Amino acid sequence: MIAKKALLAGFVLSTLGSAAQAADEVNIYSYRQEFLIKPLLEAFTQETGIKANVIFSKKGLLERLEHEGANSPADVILTSDIGPLHDAVERDLVAPIDSDLVDANVPAHYRSKEDKWVGLTARSRIIYASRERVEPGEIKSYEELADPKWKGRICTRSGKHSYNLSLIGSIIEHDGAEQAEQWLAAVKDNLARRPQGNDRAQVKAVKEGQCDLALGNTYYYGKMLTNEKEPEQIEWAKSVNLVFPNQDGRGAHMSISGAALAKHAPHPDAAIKLIEFLTSEKAQKMYAEVNYEFPVRPGIEWSSLLKEHMGEFKADEVNLGDVVKHRAEASRLVDKVGFDN
Amino acid sequence: MTDITATAATALIDTRKPRRFMPGWYSVAWGSAILVMLPVLAVFWLALFPTENIWPHLVDTILPVYIQTTLLLLAGVGGLSVVIGVGTAWLVTMCNFPGRRLFEWALLLPFAMPAYLIAYLYTDLLEYAGPVQTFLRELFGWQTARDYWFPEIRSLGGAVSMLTLVLYPYVYLLSRASFLEQSMSIRDASRIFGCTPLQSFYRVSLPVARPAVAVGLSLVSMETLNDFGTVDYFAVKSLSAGIYDAWLNMGNLGAAAQIATLMMVFVIMLISLERIARSRQKQFNASDRFRSIDRYTLSPLRSWLATLACALPVLLGFLIPFLVLGSYALPRLDQFTEADFLAHASHSFILSALAALLTVAVAVILAYSKRLYPNFRSLALATRLSSLGYALPGAVLAIGVIIPLAAFDNSIDAFMREHFGFGTGLLLSGTPFAIVFAYCVRFLAVSTGSVESSLAKVTPSMDMASRSLGLNPLQTLRRIHLPLIRGGLLTALLVVFVDAMKELPATLILRPFNYDTLATYVYQYASDEMLETSALAALLIVLVGIVPVILLSRTITSTRQGQ
Repeated sequence: MIAKKALLAGFVLSTLGSAAQAADEVNIYSYRQEFLIKPLLEAFTQETGIKANVIFSKKGLLERLEHEGANSPADVILTSDIGPLHDAVERDLVAPIDSDLVDANVPAHYRSKEDKWVGLTARSRIIYASRERVEPGEIKSYEELADPKWKGRICTRSGKHSYNLSLIGSIIEHDGAEQAEQWLAAVKDNLARRPQGNDRAQVKAVKEGQCDLALGNTYYYGKMLTNEKEPEQIEWAKSVNLVFPNQDGRGAHMSISGAALAKHAPHPDAAIKLIEFLTSEKAQKMYAEVNYEFPVRPGIEWSSLLKEHMGEFKADEVNLGDVVKHRAEASRLVDKVGFDN
Repeated sequence: MTDITATAATALIDTRKPRRFMPGWYSVAWGSAILVMLPVLAVFWLALFPTENIWPHLVDTILPVYIQTTLLLLAGVGGLSVVIGVGTAWLVTMCNFPGRRLFEWALLLPFAMPAYLIAYLYTDLLEYAGPVQTFLRELFGWQTARDYWFPEIRSLGGAVSMLTLVLYPYVYLLSRASFLEQSMSIRDASRIFGCTPLQSFYRVSLPVARPAVAVGLSLVSMETLNDFGTVDYFAVKSLSAGIYDAWLNMGNLGAAAQIATLMMVFVIMLISLERIARSRQKQFNASDRFRSIDRYTLSPLRSWLATLACALPVLLGFLIPFLVLGSYALPRLDQFTEADFLAHASHSFILSALAALLTVAVAVILAYSKRLYPNFRSLALATRLSSLGYALPGAVLAIGVIIPLAAFDNSIDAFMREHFGFGTGLLLSGTPFAIVFAYCVRFLAVSTGSVESSLAKVTPSMDMASRSLGLNPLQTLRRIHLPLIRGGLLTALLVVFVDAMKELPATLILRPFNYDTLATYVYQYASDEMLETSALAALLIVLVGIVPVILLSRTITSTRQGQ
């Protein structure tokens, strides 16, 4: 048995080997699904000859990075929201992204104040309103979601999801914690059903008449509208109007996907090159086309779908670092008002 | 319920007498126990360092909800699994009815279905916009959700149903094995004393099968506790939801580890209670298991009811989800030709096979040591502790695996740098070894149960005879015990293999670069609500799982010869 075990371990070690260590490559710990970033990474490899290696998981990668320490193979951390970027900075796992190019490409409110993370794409968390049952202009701001006239008419995913926590965090930042709590409790009273499913499922619920208003990120609209494999999703998308909230005030709440540079990156130059590439005109345009997100870089022409359905809108330009710091408090508020119960 | 032969055996040979101390064997046993315990200990250690004290907030707000939900979930899944598992196992073993031979193995099929998958599939079917409700609305002319009542799939009840459908096979598997092994004479005796078949079941068969049912139930409970995929998808606030909330939303991994520790304490209490309750039981093989079972003949009505009772779990837990998945996969059969796809499949297969071998090897070492040194309580304690890995949510276990592996790698690296001037980097972290190790820790509980119980049934007189003929303990293990417990070993191997095929959260976090298994590939899309895209891979997980499941059923049936 012992001999067998040793043999087994030896076999695993020798045949499957340890992490790749060639010169021209960059290693990515990604919180984003691989299939979403693959086209971009392929373009990067084509342009620079640098191979991109990826591990995708929605949790635990920062802990892996932390414990691997100075020997970690990771160069770049890619995330689908700001949460892990913030945590990485808090736990001192990242180095500043020292690149004038990146600074020039990305506006300051989409970058950390110390250049410790950078936004790559932006989306807005907007209100999807039923075309049949909600008049245009009937709802204009997040704050109005608390109005009792929407009782039993609002759908959303779990309050604990990072997109909703980010929105609640921005309400805390703008209106203060006390107001945010009252707002959240009032929105809870207006819910048509217990929070569940993802953003797409909320639009589906509007189409099916379960509710009249739904909270959702903008790119889901593009994904549904162009879904030829599941044509019923096109119908869901066509059943709603897009309402960009708070256009008369601070603007619609934005969130980002982003990147950070690992503190002990074994290939720091390749890592910077990758981040620069991801903010380049070409990549920014691709991002918007692949996943219907907004380029963070100004002056990039939007995809025709985005132009047609989203058009110009006013975005909240508060620094996202100031929003994400309220995340734990937002999570506690969700517990406190029993939003998900 | 003390078996007479057992009492006689213990009276003649005192198994508690200490044996010759073997330092080699002893250190191997302790070494294995410590290794598999490390990840659990790492989680305990994390629990000592929360970034802030989360408990006042939890107690004031959501903790009662977490606890209530978790208890209801456990009671629901556990209760239903026992009713379905024991009931169907007894029917197919003791009664004759149409389809009995088919159900013997078909009842195990849902075991091949990952819980997260069945949750996705049933939600598609049963939610408001799904085909079932749409059909009903068209049929009865209802307009909106307010016109009629339909059970909400994304609910506690939904989670209980989904988990029960894929977990009851654990109870079925173990209680069927136990029914098959039972002596026919005790059943006959009970009948002679006037018991009806049902009374005989309650008073004799069930009490004798109780240890097996208890092991099955504890596996089901731990699976239920560690589940996150299903409860998260259904937005059910169980303790594992609390763990992830503390970790990911509040950035407080220490607090998450504290909740996980609380959960493990709960499991320890549960298991100890059961152990105390049956501590006075001892059973060894009865002498007449070669006599074939004479099954009850049921009346026509009852035999059709029996068929229905066995058909329902198979239909709901396997056939319907399998067909839905098949219909998604059919238009995408061309994916089979993609080179990556075969690579994912071979990764899944190799990892699961290695994990099964390693896990069962460790289980044998631990169980046999306990037999050799019944007085060393510390070793028994280590075995218990290591089994707790099963109750941890997969992602938390993965962190528990990362910590000792990375510490090991980094100390070797530092040592080599200091003394030899070159570093070795990460030797084990980020390799497939880390994944196999995690599977081993996670599924040790599954294989320990099977190995321990079959080893316990080998009468101690075998050891005595072998030792008095001059074999040492290792030779005795190889030449006497391993052949005798072949069935139990194979069961353990197959169960771990299928479980490892389905494992997701730990694989995601621990894997090397550019490395997918079928499960991680499916998850990539399913987590973006695009399950259809990866339906073929999902189907393959199920299909690959079916083969061992059928083998499993044969192994169990063959434990009773003369069938």
